[in-house]
Amino acid sequence: MAAVGSACLFVGLLTAVYAVVAALYGALTSRRRWVDSSRYAMYALAGLVVTAFGLLEVAYLTSDLSFRIVTQSSSTDTPTFYKITGMWSTQEGSLLLWVLLLSIFSAAVLRATRRTMREIVPYATAVLGAIAVFFLALSVFAESPFTTFATPPAQGNGLNPLLRHPAMMIHPPMLYSGYVGFSIPFAFAIGALITRRTGADWIRATRRFALIAWTFLGFGIMLGALWSYSELGWGGYWAWDPVENASLMPWLTGTAFLHSVMVQEKRGMLKVWNVSLIVTTFVLALLGTFLVRSGILSSIHAFGASTLGAPFLAFIAAVLVGSVVLVLVRLPDLRTEARLDSLVSRESVFVLNNLVLVGVCFVIFWGTFFPLISEAVTGTESSVGPPWFNQYVTPLALVLVLLAGIGPVIAWRRATLANLRRAFLAPVALAAATLVALLVLTPAAESVPSLIMFTLTGFVLAVVGQELWRGVGARRAMAGESPPVALARLVARNRRRYGGYVVHAGIALLFLGVAASSAFVDQRDVRLRPGETTEVGDYEVTYREPTARFLDDRSGTGAPITFGAVIDVEHLNGGERFTLDPARNYYAAGEGGGPMGTFGRFFQGESTTEVDVRWGVRRDFWMAVQPDLRALIAPIKEANRRFAGLPGDAQTLVLAAIVDGYRRDPPPATFRTLVSPMIAWIWIGGGVMLLGALLALWPTTGARERRVTSVYAARLGRELSRA
Amino acid sequence: MNPRRKRKLRAVVLLTVALLLAGALVYTSFSAATEAATPSQLVRAAEAGRSYELTGKVVDGSVERRGDGLSFAVRDRTGRTAIPVVYSGVVPDPFREGREVIVEGRVRDGTLVADRDSLVTKCPSKFSEQKGSQSS
Repeated sequence: MAAVGSACLFVGLLTAVYAVVAALYGALTSRRRWVDSSRYAMYALAGLVVTAFGLLEVAYLTSDLSFRIVTQSSSTDTPTFYKITGMWSTQEGSLLLWVLLLSIFSAAVLRATRRTMREIVPYATAVLGAIAVFFLALSVFAESPFTTFATPPAQGNGLNPLLRHPAMMIHPPMLYSGYVGFSIPFAFAIGALITRRTGADWIRATRRFALIAWTFLGFGIMLGALWSYSELGWGGYWAWDPVENASLMPWLTGTAFLHSVMVQEKRGMLKVWNVSLIVTTFVLALLGTFLVRSGILSSIHAFGASTLGAPFLAFIAAVLVGSVVLVLVRLPDLRTEARLDSLVSRESVFVLNNLVLVGVCFVIFWGTFFPLISEAVTGTESSVGPPWFNQYVTPLALVLVLLAGIGPVIAWRRATLANLRRAFLAPVALAAATLVALLVLTPAAESVPSLIMFTLTGFVLAVVGQELWRGVGARRAMAGESPPVALARLVARNRRRYGGYVVHAGIALLFLGVAASSAFVDQRDVRLRPGETTEVGDYEVTYREPTARFLDDRSGTGAPITFGAVIDVEHLNGGERFTLDPARNYYAAGEGGGPMGTFGRFFQGESTTEVDVRWGVRRDFWMAVQPDLRALIAPIKEANRRFAGLPGDAQTLVLAAIVDGYRRDPPPATFRTLVSPMIAWIWIGGGVMLLGALLALWPTTGARERRVTSVYAARLGRELSRA
Repeated sequence: MNPRRKRKLRAVVLLTVALLLAGALVYTSFSAATEAATPSQLVRAAEAGRSYELTGKVVDGSVERRGDGLSFAVRDRTGRTAIPVVYSGVVPDPFREGREVIVEGRVRDGTLVADRDSLVTKCPSKFSEQKGSQSS
């Protein structure tokens, strides 16, 4: 099986090389058949990589321990869900995942464009093929996922317990889909530059892919944040960790790209900017893939130096230099077709939004790579912490949310006073009312940035609400439809536009959650004995009793031992009352004991916090526990002395008794408790954004014809305005 | 004002703003940064009151719980020079003796008094073998 897999990858590499050569030859000699053949080669590549991926999945599912990577990240007793998803926690597996997604996306876009854009497509095929060649070469020559052992070990390592969380297993494929997805618009941009067809065709052909990539990447980032919040024991969702930053940077430039291409489509402006943005986005996506595994920056994610540093850096440098040279050479072809008419126009708001997004990206880039920068400049490695990031990103985020309210409704070209009044009078009034209400009714004034963010959220929601209201009103007046029908048809007829509005509402809600939870969180770390009580925020927290579970895992992670606590929580004003059950899972250390002997090793492996959260739209109550195992040392030592020679079954009974000892004679435990107001709106906002993106992506029938007509209309309009 | 001059003016204003922001960025990052240090560097010469980011390995047998907090020693990645650390706050799940950690704090009487919640533990080698393989 491993031989077949290796062969698939090797033949895949040859196929990709062929696709590059055939596409270039076909393009240079204008031979359609060669170009067609390169497309078929890309289809074949997708088939080969899917086969290889499938073979590896089978190896994981059947726990074939002759595969080296299976032993690294799985074992026979790993739960099935984590067997399936264990592959991408290894370097080899994640490279294969990259190639898999790339080949599928490439095949899809080449099929969609098989009858259009005859000049650009061959070069785009060559670019996509070349990217595939790079990743496949790594897979074949450096990091083969099909390396086998002659004598398989009896058991694998199992999946790292920290990663045993559903969000964490879906998160990597989502992020990668985002990273990989941006290679499609990148390839077409390069094709457009080479062929000097720098109009909006390449944008229209790949806009959907850019949006798909953006959606996946954003969803992946959200899942990562959710995992951090609900699995790691610190209670936050974002730490400005290098790897988190690496995923956010291409998302920011991708967001800028999605907006600025509209200006090019509508007005023929910003051509240099757009190709530069997509090049930047793709390079940042490669950098993101690389940073996770490079170990060049200290992060909780990046561990151990990878062997791939040099080839990856060389590839990134080649992409960057090649693209920059190409853009410079083609500058004369990228001249703008129009000028900015007025600073009060949608174009200029989009430009501003782009500058802010790129500014945020630059801040994050600088902070992330500061250890390297400072070492180069001063000779000593230094780093900047979250406060430094916050001090820049907070004001920029406020500007972004403000622009998210202005951009969708301000007029193109030149907004008149009448247009401004019609678009913003009601939302501004509502935002002002929100501000007054917040000042009078809530303690929001304690944090000025949060207060501004709440006000801006009101503004954005009002803008979106007003647009929907007016659209529905118009349909009702014209067609006499009932409000729900009118709303559904309104959105269905113009999905891109209303999808965009929904995304903007989502981002406003997300920042509402960020602002409220970061400024008004109540946190408390406290050490309690069973029966003791403490206060957190407006709540009284009582440690009722400890729990100890042996071979009775309720979270599906396969942990043999769990120590936890039953916590009674009561609101100080009475009323709300609930119970939480935070815990900690313990995994055994490898065979051979360790300092604590036969029985001690069961407590000496990995351990993971199992957070318990009482979710709520008004506030979350979050709790984690750190049991103190010192009380178990004596019984473990005694068991080692008396029972180490017993057969396995009897040892299990002894272990069960030790575990139960924690419950019978409980030591004090350390708890972290957070009362976070409105933090759930981060996830709700993310969900709304996802919904909006899907709305915009959903294919419409007849959209094609309308698109063509609107393009002609726009072109005609431009020519008329010039005449 | 003619359109050409107007555009030029705009470009100059924009560029100035960008440069000022970039300048602020560079200045604050250098002034707010925490210096990375190994245990032997701190033992040899640590400025009092200055914040350091210590990286190294947790010395075997040195971890001790103290009420709410934790005390342990961190040694050089290769070598024996070690510095004691007192820490309070969240202990990351992978934290264990022999593991590589990063912790921020100030040196007082030869001990690193760590900032709350500043402890970061790198992934155990069992899951990364020699090659380094840790999912994002």
